[in-house]
Amino acid sequence: MAASAGYQWRRDKDGLGVWEHRGKVAVAGFGHSPVDRRWDEVSMDKTIGAYSILACQKAMDEAGVTADQVDGVICCDSHIAGGSGGTASQWAPRPYFAPPYDSELGLTLVNAQWLTEQLGLRNVKFAPTGVPTISEMVGMASQAVGDGVCSTCLVIYPTGNLAGRYRRGGENADDYARGARQWVAPWGNHGGNDFINSFPHGQYCRKYGGKHDDLAPFVVNQHRNGLMTPWGYNASHNVPQLTIEEYLNSRYILNPLRLWDCDRPVNASTAYLFTTAERARDMKQPPVYVLNHSQHSFRKRSTQEDLDEIEEWTDRAAKRMYEGAGLGPNDVDIFNPYDGYSIMTQFFLEGFQWHGVKRGDSFAFYAGDIRVEGPHPLCSSGGNLGTGRLRTAMYTDSIEQLRGTAGARQVKVRAETALAAFTTPSSGGWIMFGKHPN
Amino acid sequence: MPKLIPVADALSKPFWDAVNQRQLVLQHCAACDRLQYPPQQACQVCNSPAGLTWKEVEGKGHIAAYIVIEDGRLNRRMPDQPYNLAMVTLDADPRVNFYSNLPGTPPYKVPVGAAVEVTFEEVAPDQLIHEWRVA
Repeated sequence: MAASAGYQWRRDKDGLGVWEHRGKVAVAGFGHSPVDRRWDEVSMDKTIGAYSILACQKAMDEAGVTADQVDGVICCDSHIAGGSGGTASQWAPRPYFAPPYDSELGLTLVNAQWLTEQLGLRNVKFAPTGVPTISEMVGMASQAVGDGVCSTCLVIYPTGNLAGRYRRGGENADDYARGARQWVAPWGNHGGNDFINSFPHGQYCRKYGGKHDDLAPFVVNQHRNGLMTPWGYNASHNVPQLTIEEYLNSRYILNPLRLWDCDRPVNASTAYLFTTAERARDMKQPPVYVLNHSQHSFRKRSTQEDLDEIEEWTDRAAKRMYEGAGLGPNDVDIFNPYDGYSIMTQFFLEGFQWHGVKRGDSFAFYAGDIRVEGPHPLCSSGGNLGTGRLRTAMYTDSIEQLRGTAGARQVKVRAETALAAFTTPSSGGWIMFGKHPN
Repeated sequence: MPKLIPVADALSKPFWDAVNQRQLVLQHCAACDRLQYPPQQACQVCNSPAGLTWKEVEGKGHIAAYIVIEDGRLNRRMPDQPYNLAMVTLDADPRVNFYSNLPGTPPYKVPVGAAVEVTFEEVAPDQLIHEWRVA
C-alpha cells in the first residue's frame, strides 16, 4: 500500500480556477453504522472498529462493489471524544481482547491498514496515513480518483465515545500550560471550536444587533431535521423534539453558549465510496458527482481570531469553492455547513451567501421558514446538533437529497447541487456535489 | 485554585522573563513595523525572522468581547467557575489581542468597550502572568 507522502492533492489556494476533474468523480455509495451514545465496553460488535467494518460493507453493498474492486482506503486514525487524552480517550491500561481487538485499534483507533485487513481488501494501492478530518478526506478521495491514483476508494470516518466527560483528562488535567497552550490555557481556554467562535459570535451580536437567543429557531430546527434522519442518533434513539423553551432554559457551558448549542458525542462510523463518474454510472445507485473540493487553513493574527478575520476567511473559502465549481451562490440548492457549535453556522451561511443571506442577516433568516418543507431548507441533514457528533450528516444528507431519497427530509425546492462541510472558519474544507456532471 | 502555569520554551523565554520583571514586551518586525503576539519564529506578514526584536509596549487596551466559563474542561480552573474570559485588544495595535480573566470585575459584569491596563499576577513562585484590569 502506498502512503500519501508528497502527494499534492489539496486545493487550498485562491485563484485555482475550475477544478480539472469537475464532474468526473462521483460518490457511488454510503453506509452508516448504528449510532450509540458510547461504546458499552462489552459488545464487540459495537466497537468503533466493528462499526467501521459495517459501514464499509454497507457502502460497498449499496454501490454494488466487491472487496476486490476497492483500491483506495482513506481513514483518519481517530476522532474519539476525549481526544485530549486520559482515560476518556484510550482503552489502556485496561486489558485488550482477542484479535483483532488486541490493541487500541478497533477500540479507540481505526486506520486504513487495520480496516484493509479486516475487510480482506487485496488490491488496495492507496492508503494514506495522517489524514486529519472528513472534510479533507472527501477532498483527498475526489482528487485521488480524478488523478487516477486509485479508482474505487472507501472513505471512512469513525467518531468514538467512551465513558467519561468530554475531553476531561490529558493536558486539560495538567497544572502546566505547555507549547501553544501557554498563551491560552492559564486564562481558561482549553481549545476547540467553541472558543474559536465564541468571541467572534459576541462581536457579531454587537455589530449587527442580535442576541444569542436568536439562535434558538436554528437549533430547534436542527433537532427537527435530525428526527427525520433515520441514521442519526436522535431519530434512532427516539430523542424528544427540543423546544425553544428547553433550549433557552438549558444550562450554560461557556456563557452565552448553552448545552444545546453543542453537539452530542456519539460512537458511530460512516463510510463513502468514491469512484470515477464513468464507473459510477454502471453501479447500483445514481451517481452523485463531485463538482469541486477545496480546503483552507488560515492563520490567526494573534491570540484569538476576531470577527473581521472570520468574515474574511469565510469569504475566501466561499470564493475558492464557487470558482472551482464554476457556480455561484444562486446555484446552490442544498446547503449543509458545519454546526458542531451553533454559533459558527452564521459565518458560513453569510460567507457563502446562500439564499442571498448577507453579513448580519442570519438571525432574521433563522426566524423565517428554514424547515425542509419550506423555501429555505437550511442544513437539511440536521447536522451534528440534530444527529449527534457524526460529522458526516452534512455529506450523507447532500447525497440523499440529490438522489431524491431523503424521505421525510426531502426538500421541496430544487435539489441538483449541494454544498457540504465539516470545517471551522479557520481550517477544513468544502465539497460541492451535483446531480448532473455538468 | 491558581491558574495553569505557563512553561516557557526557547521562543517564549524572553517574553516570560519580561513578564516576571513586570514588563510587557512583544515581538516587533522592523521591516513591517508590526507587533505580534504570541511570539513566532518569523514575522507573520513578511515571513522573515531577520527583523524581529523584542519591544516593550504600553500595557493599555480595550475589552472587545467576553464569555463566562461556567463548565470548562480545565481541572485546575474548575473551582474558579464561573469566571470571565475576555478578549482584550492592545491600544498600540488593535490587531494584537490577549485573554484576561479581568481580576476585580465580577463574573457577567464585564464592560465591553472599556479601557483596561495590564497588571501582573503570580501563578507560581517566581512565575507571573500578564492580566488586565478595568482602568
